[in-house]
Amino acid sequence: MNLLQQFNEEQRTRLVTARAVPDFAPGDTLRVMVKVVEGERTRVQAYEGLVIARSNRGINSNFTVRKLSYGEGVERVFPLYSPSVAEIIVVRRGKVRRAKLYYLRGRTGKAARIQEKARVVEKPAAKEPAAAV
Amino acid sequence: MAAKNGRTGLIAKKLGMTRLFNDDGSTVPVTVLHLDDVRVIAQRDVETDGYCAVQLGIGKAKPKNVTKANRGHFAKAGVEAPMKVVEFRVAADATIAPGAHLTAAHFAKGQKVDVTGTSQGKGFAGAMKRWNFAGLEASHGVSISHRSHGSTGNRQDPGKTFKNKKMAGHLGVERITTQNLEVAGYDLEKGLLLIKGAVPGSKGAYVLVRDAVKRARHADAPFPAGLA
Repeated sequence: MNLLQQFNEEQRTRLVTARAVPDFAPGDTLRVMVKVVEGERTRVQAYEGLVIARSNRGINSNFTVRKLSYGEGVERVFPLYSPSVAEIIVVRRGKVRRAKLYYLRGRTGKAARIQEKARVVEKPAAKEPAAAV
Repeated sequence: MAAKNGRTGLIAKKLGMTRLFNDDGSTVPVTVLHLDDVRVIAQRDVETDGYCAVQLGIGKAKPKNVTKANRGHFAKAGVEAPMKVVEFRVAADATIAPGAHLTAAHFAKGQKVDVTGTSQGKGFAGAMKRWNFAGLEASHGVSISHRSHGSTGNRQDPGKTFKNKKMAGHLGVERITTQNLEVAGYDLEKGLLLIKGAVPGSKGAYVLVRDAVKRARHADAPFPAGLA
Protein backbone atom coordinates (compact mmCIF):
# COMPACT_ATOMS: atom_id res chain seq x y z
CA MET A 1 0.00 0.00 0.00
CA ASN A 2 1.52 3.33 -0.98
CA LEU A 3 1.33 6.50 1.11
CA LEU A 4 -1.69 7.89 -0.71
CA GLN A 5 -3.63 4.64 -0.23
CA GLN A 6 -2.64 4.64 3.45
CA PHE A 7 -3.89 8.20 3.81
CA ASN A 8 -7.20 7.31 2.15
CA GLU A 9 -7.57 4.18 4.23
CA GLU A 10 -7.04 6.14 7.44
CA GLN A 11 -9.67 8.66 6.46
CA ARG A 12 -12.06 5.86 5.51
CA THR A 13 -11.54 4.12 8.87
CA ARG A 14 -12.19 7.40 10.67
CA LEU A 15 -15.42 7.97 8.73
CA VAL A 16 -16.61 4.39 9.27
CA THR A 17 -16.09 4.65 13.04
CA ALA A 18 -18.11 7.85 13.03
CA ARG A 19 -20.93 6.29 11.02
CA ALA A 20 -21.05 2.57 10.28
CA VAL A 21 -21.69 1.26 6.77
CA PRO A 22 -23.99 -1.79 6.77
CA ASP A 23 -23.57 -4.67 4.37
CA PHE A 24 -25.85 -4.04 1.39
CA ALA A 25 -25.94 -4.75 -2.33
CA PRO A 26 -27.92 -3.72 -5.42
CA GLY A 27 -31.53 -4.87 -5.15
CA ASP A 28 -31.74 -4.04 -1.46
CA THR A 29 -34.16 -1.43 -0.18
CA LEU A 30 -32.47 1.19 1.97
CA ARG A 31 -33.60 3.99 4.22
CA VAL A 32 -30.91 6.65 4.00
CA MET A 33 -31.04 9.26 6.74
CA VAL A 34 -29.77 12.46 5.13
CA LYS A 35 -28.69 15.49 7.11
CA VAL A 36 -30.49 18.59 5.85
CA VAL A 37 -29.34 22.05 6.87
CA GLU A 38 -32.16 24.57 7.19
CA GLY A 39 -30.73 27.94 8.08
CA GLU A 40 -29.30 27.49 11.55
CA ARG A 41 -30.53 24.04 12.47
CA THR A 42 -29.87 20.63 11.01
CA ARG A 43 -32.46 17.89 10.78
CA VAL A 44 -32.47 14.38 9.38
CA GLN A 45 -34.58 13.44 6.41
CA ALA A 46 -35.32 9.85 5.37
CA TYR A 47 -34.90 8.84 1.75
CA GLU A 48 -36.14 5.32 1.08
CA GLY A 49 -35.69 3.44 -2.13
CA LEU A 50 -34.06 0.65 -4.06
CA VAL A 51 -30.31 0.43 -4.53
CA ILE A 52 -29.80 0.14 -8.28
CA ALA A 53 -26.03 0.60 -8.37
CA ARG A 54 -23.06 0.59 -6.13
CA SER A 55 -19.55 1.72 -7.00
CA ASN A 56 -16.78 0.49 -4.74
CA ARG A 57 -13.81 2.81 -5.19
CA GLY A 58 -12.34 3.18 -1.71
CA ILE A 59 -12.98 6.61 -0.26
CA ASN A 60 -14.82 7.62 -3.45
CA SER A 61 -17.38 4.78 -3.18
CA ASN A 62 -20.97 5.70 -3.79
CA PHE A 63 -24.38 4.11 -4.29
CA THR A 64 -27.49 5.05 -6.24
CA VAL A 65 -30.94 4.85 -4.65
CA ARG A 66 -34.02 4.98 -6.84
CA LYS A 67 -37.55 5.64 -5.68
CA LEU A 68 -40.86 6.78 -7.08
CA SER A 69 -41.92 10.15 -5.80
CA TYR A 70 -45.48 11.14 -6.78
CA GLY A 71 -45.25 8.91 -9.85
CA GLU A 72 -41.93 10.38 -10.91
CA GLY A 73 -38.74 8.33 -10.72
CA VAL A 74 -36.06 9.94 -8.53
CA GLU A 75 -32.48 8.76 -8.26
CA ARG A 76 -29.97 10.04 -5.74
CA VAL A 77 -26.29 9.18 -5.61
CA PHE A 78 -24.80 9.15 -2.11
CA PRO A 79 -21.12 9.04 -1.29
CA LEU A 80 -20.81 5.91 0.84
CA TYR A 81 -18.64 7.51 3.52
CA SER A 82 -20.08 11.03 3.49
CA PRO A 83 -20.78 12.56 6.92
CA SER A 84 -23.91 14.14 5.39
CA VAL A 85 -25.50 10.68 5.58
CA ALA A 86 -26.46 10.17 9.24
CA GLU A 87 -27.42 6.52 8.95
CA ILE A 88 -28.03 3.77 6.39
CA ILE A 89 -30.74 1.23 7.28
CA VAL A 90 -31.31 -1.90 5.24
CA VAL A 91 -35.09 -2.38 5.01
CA ARG A 92 -35.30 -5.35 2.67
CA ARG A 93 -32.87 -7.58 0.84
CA GLY A 94 -33.65 -8.22 -2.80
CA LYS A 95 -32.69 -11.17 -4.97
CA VAL A 96 -31.08 -9.92 -8.16
CA ARG A 97 -28.64 -11.40 -10.64
CA ARG A 98 -26.79 -8.34 -11.85
CA ALA A 99 -24.75 -5.55 -10.32
CA LYS A 100 -26.43 -2.59 -12.01
CA LEU A 101 -30.22 -2.52 -12.11
CA TYR A 102 -30.54 0.21 -14.71
CA TYR A 103 -33.19 -1.85 -16.51
CA LEU A 104 -35.62 -0.83 -13.77
CA ARG A 105 -35.61 2.74 -15.08
CA GLY A 106 -38.02 1.88 -17.87
CA ARG A 107 -40.34 -0.09 -15.61
CA THR A 108 -42.97 0.71 -13.00
CA GLY A 109 -45.37 -1.26 -10.85
CA LYS A 110 -45.49 -5.01 -11.26
CA ALA A 111 -42.65 -5.07 -13.80
CA ALA A 112 -40.33 -3.29 -11.38
CA ARG A 113 -40.75 -5.80 -8.57
CA ILE A 114 -37.76 -7.49 -7.03
CA GLN A 115 -38.04 -10.80 -5.23
CA GLU A 116 -37.02 -10.81 -1.60
CA LYS A 117 -33.89 -12.75 -0.78
CA ALA A 118 -34.34 -15.83 1.33
CA ARG A 119 -33.14 -15.05 4.80
CA VAL A 120 -29.73 -16.43 5.68
CA VAL A 121 -29.91 -18.44 8.88
CA GLU A 122 -26.91 -17.96 11.12
CA LYS A 123 -25.13 -21.27 11.45
CA PRO A 124 -23.93 -22.26 14.90
CA ALA A 125 -20.18 -21.88 15.27
CA ALA A 126 -18.23 -24.87 13.95
CA LYS A 127 -17.15 -27.31 16.61
CA GLU A 128 -13.53 -27.30 17.71
CA PRO A 129 -11.59 -30.05 15.93
CA ALA A 130 -10.75 -32.96 18.18
CA ALA A 131 -7.59 -32.36 20.13
CA ALA A 132 -4.54 -34.05 18.69
CA VAL A 133 -3.44 -37.08 20.60
CA MET B 1 12.47 35.20 -9.38
CA ALA B 2 9.92 34.73 -6.67
CA ALA B 3 10.39 35.10 -2.92
CA LYS B 4 13.74 36.91 -3.07
CA ASN B 5 12.84 38.64 0.15
CA GLY B 6 10.76 35.97 1.83
CA ARG B 7 10.81 32.49 3.29
CA THR B 8 12.10 29.42 1.59
CA GLY B 9 9.78 27.20 -0.38
CA LEU B 10 9.57 23.42 -0.16
CA ILE B 11 10.23 20.63 -2.57
CA ALA B 12 7.75 17.78 -2.58
CA LYS B 13 6.81 14.68 -4.51
CA LYS B 14 3.33 14.57 -6.02
CA LEU B 15 1.54 11.38 -4.97
CA GLY B 16 -1.83 11.97 -6.58
CA MET B 17 -5.26 13.33 -5.83
CA THR B 18 -7.98 12.35 -3.38
CA ARG B 19 -10.72 14.09 -1.46
CA LEU B 20 -11.34 15.19 2.10
CA PHE B 21 -14.72 14.92 3.78
CA ASN B 22 -15.75 17.81 6.01
CA ASP B 23 -18.08 17.27 8.94
CA ASP B 24 -20.88 19.09 7.12
CA GLY B 25 -20.67 16.57 4.29
CA SER B 26 -18.90 18.83 1.81
CA THR B 27 -15.79 17.50 0.14
CA VAL B 28 -12.53 19.15 -0.83
CA PRO B 29 -10.53 17.82 -3.79
CA VAL B 30 -6.89 17.73 -2.74
CA THR B 31 -3.52 16.87 -4.22
CA VAL B 32 -1.33 14.92 -1.81
CA LEU B 33 2.34 15.93 -1.76
CA HIS B 34 4.98 13.93 0.04
CA LEU B 35 7.78 15.71 1.91
CA ASP B 36 10.20 12.82 2.00
CA ASP B 37 12.83 13.93 4.51
CA VAL B 38 13.23 17.47 3.11
CA ARG B 39 16.50 18.83 4.47
CA VAL B 40 18.80 21.79 4.08
CA ILE B 41 21.98 20.91 2.19
CA ALA B 42 23.68 24.28 1.90
CA GLN B 43 23.07 27.95 2.24
CA ARG B 44 24.24 30.86 0.14
CA ASP B 45 25.02 34.24 1.63
CA VAL B 46 25.88 37.67 0.30
CA GLU B 47 29.56 37.65 1.33
CA THR B 48 30.63 34.44 -0.40
CA ASP B 49 27.97 33.99 -3.10
CA GLY B 50 26.51 37.43 -3.67
CA TYR B 51 22.96 36.32 -2.89
CA CYS B 52 20.96 34.60 -0.15
CA ALA B 53 19.44 31.18 -0.70
CA VAL B 54 18.86 27.79 0.88
CA GLN B 55 19.56 24.57 -0.94
CA LEU B 56 17.09 21.79 -0.16
CA GLY B 57 17.18 18.11 -0.92
CA ILE B 58 14.44 15.47 -0.94
CA GLY B 59 14.39 11.69 -0.87
CA LYS B 60 17.33 9.31 -0.76
CA ALA B 61 19.55 8.47 -3.71
CA LYS B 62 21.48 5.24 -3.96
CA PRO B 63 25.16 5.88 -3.17
CA LYS B 64 26.22 4.34 -6.49
CA ASN B 65 24.25 7.01 -8.35
CA VAL B 66 25.89 9.95 -6.59
CA THR B 67 28.96 11.56 -8.18
CA LYS B 68 32.09 11.93 -6.10
CA ALA B 69 31.83 15.71 -6.25
CA ASN B 70 28.26 15.65 -4.97
CA ARG B 71 29.17 13.13 -2.31
CA GLY B 72 31.63 15.65 -0.88
CA HIS B 73 29.04 18.42 -1.12
CA PHE B 74 26.45 16.41 0.82
CA ALA B 75 29.01 15.18 3.33
CA LYS B 76 29.89 18.80 4.14
CA ALA B 77 26.35 19.34 5.37
CA GLY B 78 26.30 15.91 6.99
CA VAL B 79 23.15 14.85 5.13
CA GLU B 80 22.30 11.76 3.13
CA ALA B 81 22.45 12.05 -0.64
CA PRO B 82 19.05 13.28 -1.90
CA MET B 83 17.17 12.38 -5.05
CA LYS B 84 16.71 15.98 -6.04
CA VAL B 85 18.30 19.27 -5.05
CA VAL B 86 16.64 22.68 -5.37
CA GLU B 87 17.71 26.16 -4.37
CA PHE B 88 15.27 28.78 -3.07
CA ARG B 89 16.13 32.49 -2.87
CA VAL B 90 15.36 33.82 0.61
CA ALA B 91 15.68 36.99 2.63
CA ALA B 92 18.96 37.52 4.51
CA ASP B 93 17.28 36.75 7.84
CA ALA B 94 15.48 33.65 6.56
CA THR B 95 18.47 31.38 5.95
CA ILE B 96 18.53 27.98 7.68
CA ALA B 97 21.54 26.04 8.86
CA PRO B 98 22.49 22.99 6.76
CA GLY B 99 21.27 19.70 8.18
CA ALA B 100 17.94 21.10 9.39
CA HIS B 101 14.79 19.19 8.42
CA LEU B 102 11.68 20.94 7.12
CA THR B 103 8.13 19.72 7.71
CA ALA B 104 4.73 20.29 6.15
CA ALA B 105 3.94 22.66 9.04
CA HIS B 106 6.11 25.15 7.15
CA PHE B 107 2.82 26.24 5.59
CA ALA B 108 -0.19 27.24 7.66
CA LYS B 109 -3.53 25.60 6.98
CA GLY B 110 -5.61 27.88 4.78
CA GLN B 111 -2.69 29.87 3.44
CA LYS B 112 -2.19 30.40 -0.29
CA VAL B 113 0.78 28.91 -2.09
CA ASP B 114 2.19 28.86 -5.62
CA VAL B 115 3.08 25.41 -6.92
CA THR B 116 5.58 24.90 -9.73
CA GLY B 117 5.92 21.68 -11.65
CA THR B 118 6.55 20.21 -15.07
CA SER B 119 3.26 19.72 -16.86
CA GLN B 120 2.21 16.34 -18.24
CA GLY B 121 3.33 15.76 -21.81
CA LYS B 122 0.59 15.76 -24.44
CA GLY B 123 2.81 15.02 -27.44
CA PHE B 124 2.19 16.72 -30.80
CA ALA B 125 -1.13 18.47 -30.27
CA GLY B 126 -3.38 20.23 -32.75
CA ALA B 127 -4.30 23.91 -32.57
CA MET B 128 -7.65 23.17 -30.89
CA LYS B 129 -6.11 21.36 -27.95
CA ARG B 130 -2.96 23.48 -27.75
CA TRP B 131 -4.37 26.97 -28.20
CA ASN B 132 -8.10 26.48 -27.65
CA PHE B 133 -8.87 27.33 -31.28
CA ALA B 134 -12.48 26.77 -32.31
CA GLY B 135 -11.66 24.66 -35.36
CA LEU B 136 -13.75 24.73 -38.50
CA GLU B 137 -17.45 24.07 -38.84
CA ALA B 138 -18.97 20.62 -38.77
CA SER B 139 -20.83 21.18 -42.04
CA HIS B 140 -21.41 24.03 -44.57
CA GLY B 141 -18.97 22.56 -47.03
CA VAL B 142 -16.09 21.88 -44.65
CA SER B 143 -14.37 18.68 -45.67
CA ILE B 144 -11.78 16.67 -43.72
CA SER B 145 -10.37 19.79 -41.96
CA HIS B 146 -12.83 20.10 -39.04
CA ARG B 147 -10.08 20.43 -36.43
CA SER B 148 -7.61 22.47 -38.47
CA HIS B 149 -6.39 25.92 -37.42
CA GLY B 150 -7.53 27.73 -40.59
CA SER B 151 -5.59 30.57 -42.15
CA THR B 152 -2.08 31.38 -40.94
CA GLY B 153 -1.52 34.75 -42.60
CA ASN B 154 -2.33 37.24 -45.31
CA ARG B 155 -1.44 37.36 -49.05
CA GLN B 156 1.55 38.33 -51.22
CA ASP B 157 2.06 41.18 -48.78
CA PRO B 158 3.54 40.24 -46.26
CA GLY B 159 4.04 36.96 -48.08
CA LYS B 160 5.05 35.00 -45.00
CA THR B 161 3.65 33.54 -41.85
CA PHE B 162 4.62 35.65 -38.87
CA LYS B 163 6.85 34.21 -36.18
CA ASN B 164 5.14 32.80 -33.08
CA LYS B 165 1.94 32.08 -35.00
CA LYS B 166 -0.13 29.73 -32.86
CA MET B 167 -0.08 26.40 -34.63
CA ALA B 168 -0.01 22.70 -33.89
CA GLY B 169 3.08 21.42 -32.13
CA HIS B 170 4.46 19.95 -28.97
CA LEU B 171 2.30 20.50 -25.88
CA GLY B 172 3.18 19.94 -22.24
CA VAL B 173 6.46 19.06 -20.48
CA GLU B 174 7.07 22.70 -19.59
CA ARG B 175 7.51 24.50 -16.32
CA ILE B 176 4.12 25.63 -15.04
CA THR B 177 3.33 27.61 -11.91
CA THR B 178 -0.20 27.53 -10.55
CA GLN B 179 -0.76 30.50 -8.27
CA ASN B 180 -2.85 30.95 -5.14
CA LEU B 181 -3.66 27.33 -4.31
CA GLU B 182 -4.95 26.80 -0.79
CA VAL B 183 -3.22 24.58 1.76
CA ALA B 184 -5.99 22.21 2.82
CA GLY B 185 -4.02 20.56 5.61
CA TYR B 186 -1.12 18.29 6.37
CA ASP B 187 -0.20 15.01 7.99
CA LEU B 188 3.04 15.55 9.89
CA GLU B 189 3.41 11.89 10.84
CA LYS B 190 3.50 10.77 7.22
CA GLY B 191 5.02 14.01 5.93
CA LEU B 192 2.08 14.80 3.66
CA LEU B 193 1.03 18.23 2.50
CA LEU B 194 -2.50 18.61 1.13
CA ILE B 195 -3.14 21.28 -1.49
CA LYS B 196 -6.67 22.10 -2.58
CA GLY B 197 -7.14 21.50 -6.28
CA ALA B 198 -4.83 20.25 -8.98
CA VAL B 199 -1.08 20.75 -9.12
CA PRO B 200 0.99 20.69 -12.35
CA GLY B 201 2.95 17.52 -13.04
CA SER B 202 2.48 13.80 -13.16
CA LYS B 203 2.33 11.45 -10.18
CA GLY B 204 5.77 10.87 -8.74
CA ALA B 205 7.07 14.16 -10.10
CA TYR B 206 8.80 16.73 -7.92
CA VAL B 207 7.05 20.07 -7.44
CA LEU B 208 8.06 23.29 -5.73
CA VAL B 209 5.70 24.86 -3.20
CA ARG B 210 6.24 28.50 -2.24
CA ASP B 211 4.34 31.20 -0.38
CA ALA B 212 1.99 32.91 -2.84
CA VAL B 213 3.69 35.96 -4.36
CA LYS B 214 0.39 37.78 -4.68
CA ARG B 215 -0.54 37.49 -1.00
CA ALA B 216 0.95 38.83 2.20
CA ARG B 217 2.63 36.20 4.34
CA HIS B 218 0.16 34.23 6.44
CA ALA B 219 0.17 35.19 10.14
CA ASP B 220 0.45 31.55 11.28
CA ALA B 221 3.23 30.59 8.89
CA PRO B 222 6.44 30.05 10.91
CA PHE B 223 9.41 32.30 10.13
CA PRO B 224 12.04 31.55 8.87
CA ALA B 225 10.78 28.00 8.32
CA GLY B 226 8.80 25.12 9.79
CA LEU B 227 11.59 22.97 11.16
CA ALA B 228 11.26 19.47 12.53
